[in-house]
Order: sequence, then structure tokens, then C-alpha cells
Amino acid sequence: MKHVMKTLGMVALVVTSGHPAAAQEKLKIGVLVTLSGPPAVLGQQARDGFALAIKDLGGKMGGRDVDVVVVDDELKPDVAVTKVKGLLERDKVDFVVGPIFSNVLLAIHKPVIDANTFLISPNAGPSSYAGKACSPFFYVTSYQNDQVHEVLGKVAQDRGYKRVYILVPNYQAGKDAVAGFKQDFKGEVLEESYIPLGTLDYQAELSKIASMKPDAVFAFMPGGMGVNLVKQYKQAGLAGRIPFLSAFTVDESTLPAQQDAAVGLYGGGNWAPNLDTPQNKKFVAEYEAAYGKVPASYAFQAYDAAMLIASAVTSVKGDLTNKAAITAALKKADFTSLRGAFKFNTNNYPIQNFYLTKVAKRPDGKFETEIDEKVFSNYGDRYAKDCPATN
Amino acid sequence: MTPTFAFIQILNGLQFGMILFLIAAGLTLVFGVMDFINLAHGVQYMVGAYLAAAFTAWSGSFFIGLALALPAALLFGLLLEFLVFRHLYDRDHLDQVLATFGVILFLNQAVKLVWGAEPLSVPIPDVLSGTIELSDGILYPVYRLVIIGVGLGVGLLLYAVVNHTRLGMLVRAGATNAPMVAALGVNIRLLFTIVFGTGAMLAGLAGAMVAPLLSVEPGMGDHVLILTFVVIVIGGIGSMRGAFVAALLIGLIDTLGRFVAPSVLRAVLDPAAASQVGTALAPMLIYLIMAGVLCFRPSGLFPMKH
Repeated sequence: MKHVMKTLGMVALVVTSGHPAAAQEKLKIGVLVTLSGPPAVLGQQARDGFALAIKDLGGKMGGRDVDVVVVDDELKPDVAVTKVKGLLERDKVDFVVGPIFSNVLLAIHKPVIDANTFLISPNAGPSSYAGKACSPFFYVTSYQNDQVHEVLGKVAQDRGYKRVYILVPNYQAGKDAVAGFKQDFKGEVLEESYIPLGTLDYQAELSKIASMKPDAVFAFMPGGMGVNLVKQYKQAGLAGRIPFLSAFTVDESTLPAQQDAAVGLYGGGNWAPNLDTPQNKKFVAEYEAAYGKVPASYAFQAYDAAMLIASAVTSVKGDLTNKAAITAALKKADFTSLRGAFKFNTNNYPIQNFYLTKVAKRPDGKFETEIDEKVFSNYGDRYAKDCPATN
Repeated sequence: MTPTFAFIQILNGLQFGMILFLIAAGLTLVFGVMDFINLAHGVQYMVGAYLAAAFTAWSGSFFIGLALALPAALLFGLLLEFLVFRHLYDRDHLDQVLATFGVILFLNQAVKLVWGAEPLSVPIPDVLSGTIELSDGILYPVYRLVIIGVGLGVGLLLYAVVNHTRLGMLVRAGATNAPMVAALGVNIRLLFTIVFGTGAMLAGLAGAMVAPLLSVEPGMGDHVLILTFVVIVIGGIGSMRGAFVAALLIGLIDTLGRFVAPSVLRAVLDPAAASQVGTALAPMLIYLIMAGVLCFRPSGLFPMKH
């Protein structure tokens, strides 16, 4: 009997204390990114960019205090599902921000959407959710993955390159990269070199490139593969002789290891640290002061993700019960993106400008990508037309 | 495929083979003389690369870095021998495999703790950073020729020591029948320590030499270890000559296979598919050759006489 009374007492306590506090309850955001293994540096950038935005917002959105819970997906889809269920069921988060990698997104998309929780991807933008499977609960602040490769294909076409040598890893994303590049490039592809994942020595391919003398090289070599390729490209004496167009191969996350070898190489993207908007200048300066590194796109896209959420929470005055109102507010994207012009397509992937970027050494000795030219203006992806307008 | 191009790919294959030889030389001696399976040989290669990176960053010169990394790799190998391996010589192979596998896991995490997960970069020293023009517009990095030279030099040195010195005679005798050598009054423990230290230092040298070419990162030794075992199995366990020949063979087959396989397949497939299938098939060639050698010469190309 005593036990029952105690339980009832606790229930009463929870019920009475729960209600009045609801208005002041903290807004909870779960951040799920890769924080272990060699790609950890990408997740750290996203985490730090997001944290910087929360700091700039004074720790509040729509008048409510914000509580950010950061978890590591370990780049393992099964681990990511467990972690995201923890965010949804234990932490009861209102928004999930993440992940970095598309294969992780494929794993966590369903559990988050099924829980009627908003998922904002600060990087991964696979075609899977851009077409028929688009959702009012899913938003992307980066790009649709193919678009970055399309930028380089367009550049190769516009510059009149006739013969191009392609170097990609032998897995699905590598094949997607080739398809994206060929979207606008109509010249001859001398060779599509599919490299086994994890290959470290490219001297054999580089010799072939030197003997074929293509007009340009297109490479998609993420992470450590890119570090090695870029160093060896320079060592083989090819840098400066054959233009190097690349996607996800030279950015602020790999430049500390590539250093001088990467200077003058081209990449594609929706932003660069030197993009000239007042918000971006402030962001880059604050980020470097706080973390001692030049921010990469992962950091800026996570910053924008936080600003997007803040804009929606403010527009509903902190009341998160009406999901339809939040959807409408998110779709409006009523915030100033660090990249300047930004709006959502019907599939909630961005319509934005894309640039050719070039690696440069700054006067202070650090390396960054800099905008070389604008390639696409207000560019949407080619899957959006399959997304039902009712989403 | 032009003759110049074929020549370049042969140079690439030789260079890769020389690196494999530097690692395999130590492994085959330790396995042959001491009958000790050391899976941790690959992490000694990684440690060599990290030591070279750290000393180069500290001193600002690759040559000073290399000069410091070699004795450090030697000391590190001896430390491992003293702390772990010495207690395993009399145990069976399964115990040795388990314990040395544990050393791999431990050291891969340890370098992450000390140097972080991000890859480290070692610049090529300026004097060696040039390229040689082989024919019109086709350049070859000098540093890779240096690696071939270092591999040849170490090979000759080992050949001279193993075949023409008293120490080498003991090593050969130990590889044939270690208990008999011990019975004749030779301090076999000391011999083992010398052999082990030399092996660790050669693996460290290989790691230090590749540091400017590849990114230095945790786990970089794991893939190399497997190829090294293939080399010593094909060459004949305990045979220095076998390790040399087999390392060059594997280096050439692996490099040339990546080009020949796609070109051959192009006769029957479209170019993109030929490249995908070809690059997937090429790494298998090595294992096919190993299977062939094991089938026809089970104790390798240059077996030790027992």
C-alpha cells in the first residue's frame, strides 16, 4: 500500500510539475554526425559550425532556450539507427540535424520521418529523397550530390576541353560522379579509371595521364585518397600542366594535409570561405577565432541548418505542436544564408548558385578554396520534377 | 601502350616491389630463423612512417628525420621484442598470431591518441623533388627512383651480410636448424634479437621512405602486411633471395595488372565496364599466382633446405 501511494505521489508530481513548465521547456535539437575514424574531421566541422550558430543566436530560438545533443554515427548505418532512435525516444528531440554521409542518411531517414520529426541534412544530399520520395519532414542545406559533379562537367565543356581523363573510386558514388560530370560535358572521355577504394598509390594512373596528355583531369577522390592523389599529382609534375578539376577532393578538411601540392587545383561547390557576403565574412572570422581552422562547407552548411531551424521556430513563436505551420515556415527559408541567394525547391533541396573554386595559400600561410567563377545561377536539381507538389 | 609507357609502369612496379622487399626481408628472417609469426610487422612499418613524420616536422629536414627515425624504429622493435615477443617464442603459432594481432590493435589506437586521426603529411626534400623527362612531356619523379636505389642498396647489403659474413652464416644456419645452432654453443637469443631488430628497422625504413608519397595514417600497415605475407610465401620462408625476387614479382604484377587487365577486357566489354571489372580483377592476380606457386612448389620459389 505504501508502495502504491508513493507511485501515485510521483505520478501526481510529474503531472503537476510537467504542465506549467511546458511553455518554458527547452527546445531540443539532436546533431548526428561522424566523429570517429579518419572522416571525423568532417563531422567536427559540422558540429562546430552548428555550435557557432547557436552561440550567435544567444542560445535561443523563438524565445526558447535551445539544448543541443551531439552524437557520433561512427560512419556505420546500424550504429546511426540506434543513436537516432536514442535521440527520438530518450531525448525527445524536436529536430534532427545530420548526417555527413549519404549511406548514413539512407539508414536514419525512415526512423526520423516516421516519428514526424524534422530532419535537416547539413551535407548528405542523395538523389533517393529528391524525387518521388521527397518528404515535408526532410530538408537539405547543402546540395543534391550530383550537382557538384555537374559543375565540373559544365566547366570542362565551357572551357572547350575536348579530351578528359576521369579518376573515381570503384563504388556507387564514383559511378554517380561520372554520370554527373557527363551531364553537361559532351567531349571525349579518354578513360574512366575506376580505382579500388582505399588505393594509396596513383603513380600508375598518373603515368598514364602523362602519356595520354588529356586537356583536363576530373577526379572524385574523397578523404585520404584525395590527399595522396593530390600530393602525387604534384610530384609527377602534372600540376600546372594539366588542369585538375575535382569534387570533394580538395577542401578545407583535406588542405591541411595537402598544403602546397593542392594550390591551383579546382573544385566545385556552393560556397567558399572567401565568398563575399557580410554574414559570411563574420562567420569565417568567428569560426577561425574559435576553432583555429579554416571552415569547410560542412561547417557553413551546419550553420545555415541552425539558422533555418531558428527562422521556422521564430515564425511559429516557439510553438512546435502545429507541424503543418512549421513545414510552411521551413519551406519559406526565411533567413539570410551565408551563401547569399538561397531558397528551397519543391523537394526541399536548395536552389542556389554553384561556383568553380580554386585552392590558394592565404597571406597568413593557411590554405583555403576561393571562388574562381560562377558556373550555375539559381540552380535546382533534376529530380525535383518527380516530387509531388503536395509534399 | 607505347614502349615509354610500359617502361614507366615497370619502374612503378619496381618501386612498389622495393618497398615490399624492405618489409618482407625482416618478416621472412623472423619467420624463417625464429619460427615466429609476427603479424605486428605491418605496424612497425606504420610506426616507421610516423617516426619519420614526427622527426621531420621537428627538425625541418627529411634527412635528419630519416636518420633519427631509423634508430628509433630499431629501439622500438627491440622494446616490443623485450616486452611481448620474447615470451612467445616457445608458444605455438596460434598464441603468436593472437598476441601479435593484439599488438596491431593496440598500436593503431596508440598512434591515433598521440598524433590524431587526421593523416599527416611529409614533404619530399627539395633536392629529390624534381622530375626526370623520359620522353616528350613524360616526367618521372626522382624520389621514386631514389626508392628503387635504396631498395637495391639494402638488397645488396643484406646479400653480402647473409652470404659472406659469420653473422650471416649463423642466420642461415638458424633458418635451417635453430636447435642445432644453439647446441653448438651459439647464443641463439642474441642472434634472434639481432635478427628481430634488423627486421623492425627495415620495416621502419620502408615506412619512412613512403611517408612523402602516401599520407601517414593509422592502419596504413594492415594492407601491406597481407601482401608481405604473400611475398614471403611465394619466395620461400626464410630466404632473402626469395623475398627479393617475389617482392619485385608482386610489385610488377600488381602494377602492370591494373593496366593490362582493363586493356585486355576492352576487347569484349565497353571501356567503362572494362575498367571497373579490370581493376577489380587485377588485385586477384597476386593471389592466383600464390595459389599456383603453392600448388607446384609448396615451399616457395627458393625454399630453404632442411
